[in-house]
Amino acid sequence: MIRWLRQFGAFWYDFVIGDDWRVAFGVVLALAATYGLHRARLPAWWVVPVVVAMLLPYSLWRATRPAKAVVTPSVPPTP
Amino acid sequence: MSGGALFLAVFLACAVEAVEATTIVLAAGTARDWRSATSGLVAALITLAVLIAALGPALSAVPLHALRLVVGALLLVFGLQWLRKAILRASGYKALHDEAQIYADEIAAARDVPRQRRLAVPDWYAFTLAFKGVVLEGLEVVFIALTFGTNQHNLPLASLAAGAAVVVVAGVGVAVRAPLARVPENSMKFVVGVMLTAFGTFWGAEGADASWPGSDAALPILVASYAILAFGLVALLRRRREPASEVPLSLVGQR
Repeated sequence: MIRWLRQFGAFWYDFVIGDDWRVAFGVVLALAATYGLHRARLPAWWVVPVVVAMLLPYSLWRATRPAKAVVTPSVPPTP
Repeated sequence: MSGGALFLAVFLACAVEAVEATTIVLAAGTARDWRSATSGLVAALITLAVLIAALGPALSAVPLHALRLVVGALLLVFGLQWLRKAILRASGYKALHDEAQIYADEIAAARDVPRQRRLAVPDWYAFTLAFKGVVLEGLEVVFIALTFGTNQHNLPLASLAAGAAVVVVAGVGVAVRAPLARVPENSMKFVVGVMLTAFGTFWGAEGADASWPGSDAALPILVASYAILAFGLVALLRRRREPASEVPLSLVGQR
């Protein structure tokens, strides 16, 4: 049952959130900021396009950056 | 948004998913058992139809303002996922979606599993493979068709576009009995990614009470701007990849 629930949750996470959770998080923040600016009687239409223009390159940069080299700790010299 | 744009967006999105579902059904039928694969396909289509029948009226009952906020957010996330993948593929950082290879892999995997009869289905594996493939790919189709149709008050046109895409792709798949490797799936995914992102931006911001300058005229400007951004990112990534093509990439968690 627990395994089924875990698979069910993983499916919906993959379906809605996808490969990069930061994108989904950024979208929610952008819409919240849009609402906040509107409440403050400021123009708010520009927020989402600007966030998209920053989020997409950021997510791509993270996906394409060279993998970090694995550093194995050196064995300290025995006294 | 004109009816033509609505039709095109839903048709393209649904066609991409239908190509993937067709590959899975063809693999299940060819490698295992056609009767079981077809039963799986029919069972999946009935499941999706029930989902549409249940969700369609429910979505229509939700106030348009709230619907646009939620749907806009989801479309924006979906659109950015599609666009991200399409850009990675177009710039060479991710392998192009190869239906022929996926078909070969599915066939190889399907041949190794022993045959098992269950619930009057001669081959349970072929049934579940086809069922799962169609339901999983179809869920996105259902979501896109329902949300686009409800938002534009034209659910019949959106359903027609989705149905037409499925019929065309499935018809060609059945006729050739081979994966639809020649469909420009990656280019279609690129276009759909741009469109979903633009519609998601437009509806999401409207749902969050923002007013677009020029009202509906802002939508084509968003589509054009995101297309320029996406092409620019492809060019940038291609240029960056050329000198560093030997470096291993951290493409972790890519589908």
